[in-house]
Amino acid sequence: MENNTEIVEEKKEYITHKPLAYGKKLYIGEFLAENIIRLTAFISIFTIFAIFYYVFQEASFAFLPIKDKNVKTEIISTNNNSTETTKQTGAEMQQETYGSSTSSTSEPVQEKYGSSPSQNEELKQEKYGSSTSTDELVQEKYGSTSSSNKTEEIKSETYGSKNSSTEEVKPETYGTKRSSTSDEVKPETYGSNTSTPNEEVKPETYGSATSSNQDINQNNISTTETNTEVTETATSLEDGYAEKPITFKDVLLSNDYIDSKPAYIWQPISTNAKFSFIPLFVGALKVTLIGIAIAAPLAIFAAIFTVAFAPKWLKEIIKPAIEILAGFPSVVIGFFCLITLASVIQTFFGTTFRLNSFVGGIGMSMAVIPIIYTVTEDALNAVPTYMKEASLALGASKWQTAWRVILPSALPGVFAALILGFGRAFGETMIALMATGNAALNSANIFESVRTLAATIGSEMAEVEFRGVHYGVLFLIGAVLFIITFALNAFAEFYIRKKLMKKIQGN
Amino acid sequence: MKKTKIKTDKLNLFYGAKQALIDISMEIPEKRVTAFIGPSGCGKSTFLRSLNRMNDLIPGVKINGDVIIDDINIYDKNIDVVQLRKRIGMVFQKSNPFPKSIYDNIAYGPRVNGISGKSTLDEIVETSLIRAAIWDEVKDRLKSSAMGLSGGQQQRLCIARALAVNPDIILMDEPASALDPISTSKIEELIHELKTDYTIVIVTHNMQQAARVSDFTAFFYIGELIEMDKTTTIFTNPYNKKTEEYITGRFG
Repeated sequence: MENNTEIVEEKKEYITHKPLAYGKKLYIGEFLAENIIRLTAFISIFTIFAIFYYVFQEASFAFLPIKDKNVKTEIISTNNNSTETTKQTGAEMQQETYGSSTSSTSEPVQEKYGSSPSQNEELKQEKYGSSTSTDELVQEKYGSTSSSNKTEEIKSETYGSKNSSTEEVKPETYGTKRSSTSDEVKPETYGSNTSTPNEEVKPETYGSATSSNQDINQNNISTTETNTEVTETATSLEDGYAEKPITFKDVLLSNDYIDSKPAYIWQPISTNAKFSFIPLFVGALKVTLIGIAIAAPLAIFAAIFTVAFAPKWLKEIIKPAIEILAGFPSVVIGFFCLITLASVIQTFFGTTFRLNSFVGGIGMSMAVIPIIYTVTEDALNAVPTYMKEASLALGASKWQTAWRVILPSALPGVFAALILGFGRAFGETMIALMATGNAALNSANIFESVRTLAATIGSEMAEVEFRGVHYGVLFLIGAVLFIITFALNAFAEFYIRKKLMKKIQGN
Repeated sequence: MKKTKIKTDKLNLFYGAKQALIDISMEIPEKRVTAFIGPSGCGKSTFLRSLNRMNDLIPGVKINGDVIIDDINIYDKNIDVVQLRKRIGMVFQKSNPFPKSIYDNIAYGPRVNGISGKSTLDEIVETSLIRAAIWDEVKDRLKSSAMGLSGGQQQRLCIARALAVNPDIILMDEPASALDPISTSKIEELIHELKTDYTIVIVTHNMQQAARVSDFTAFFYIGELIEMDKTTTIFTNPYNKKTEEYITGRFG
């Protein structure tokens, strides 16, 4: 080493240490960071346990129905006297999303906890269409008449809409029966009103009817107006509409104009059915991104906390607990969002729509936190001890070690965790179905209702004509979901992960 | 004899119920190389790690006794461990560069010490690498990953990384045990260069290495310090019979 000679001569002091002394120094930034991490970790853990608590608490109403209705919010009070309500406000309607809104009232809580027996009986009748007109029911189910198929006021009505004309108490549950005036009734998923010949669709399609099956054979995808013969029984329906097969253009490109601007419309049941995937895709993306944006920091910070800061006994409690929560049924989370969280968010942010993508996103984050946490925690734990020791021996604090050594080393694993979480959130059906409002609006506003790809399948699957266009489109959505998830995972696995690994490990 | 840098007084260490160090009292002189020798499991590495409180990281470790560095008892409740470790560089048995570029590896220490100016960092990186005698080999690829270096280069990189924070003391835990003879001799040369500025404590399995590089040698046996003296004395005329037996290769 020739250059050693010139080296040794001076020892430059770039870093000067004060002489070793007693007394600990407080680093404000570090102190804050450490405590913020600790806090977020505890918040995320707390949230998860809070949901647990909530579920059990609400479940208690099964055994102890509320006697004093004043206790339970104004919702009840509005609905108590609503036996004859013919008109309901939008807000009320939204709240009735799952409590089928018939004229015989029933806000959700009541129904759920079975407080008012008589009403419930009525309800059941209506709901399951036991009474009289089953046939009519069926007809209505697959398409009830209305002259107007422009239905802008898409609210978060999911399982039934309410008419202005309520003499027809009848199973609003599965279908709206509407007079032509009832524009405000939105043609939602289940209560779809179209002036289409969809009524033909009818139960026949599921097997018995011979002629329709032949039709199906003839043109595989779309049953055409030939079905009308079969459907003579269906009364009072406008006819003369043929289903057109769709192309990818219909699905991807603008299919309508609103204010002379191109628009993307999802309107599967209509004389002129429109099947744009764009609003659904935007909806799914919105909900997913909100979910990930909330879940990722919480879960990652919680993982860092357990790996780098938590004492051993706490680690041994937190990790198994959160891993169990990974199997938390999403329907419970959806229920929580629908009933409680949505009201809280509406009160807090004053949103127009009670159920919106933000509520759905928070629900998503709850489903996704355990996944991201578990995978991230494993990745962080896999960082070898000697790496941590090297950092600590250089005089780095725990926080600096966690942030600058452990996390970067585990980055591929963290990335995999995020991709997994993304995939789960994107395909998550139940939470989206229950908490996002299910209106296929194409907007960037996170406080508007959205309809996600997965929720569309979930909500419309029971309504489509067997092997009809709509049916095919739903399967196409399934295919798209599959492709997206597959592509994401492939991307993560083969491209980014390898690239990251290369960057980190050299060569 | 030079001034004492590190002094321990009746240091006892327990892994759970098992006592790993028994009443160790020694004085380590400043700016000299002190070697710890002894058979496997005799506690020399454990003792080394208790000099910068790395044993704190192992769950279930209990320590009593004093370790005094520059008149400060580092096991005092009031000691900031992070500050302490900044004064004491450590090189591990297995080379452990971070999965970052060579430059970032060296700059890590200064960065956590709050140095962020690029020109200063550049200078520190260069000086440290030169001092660790690896500059010529890596100067053209500072931005490439440290994981791509050979074992010997990685170990010298780790020494350079320890030097970059400007410690007073460097602890080396069998730094050459996993290296080939050429790399080993480079490391030994390096230790020889460094002792003018640093107090070096080295644990080694290799008695020849201890004889070559150190000024003082301490012999450990089953958790106890058997003997400590000038290296020449230990290797030629040891006081204790156990030491002699070990050095002449009768056990160990």
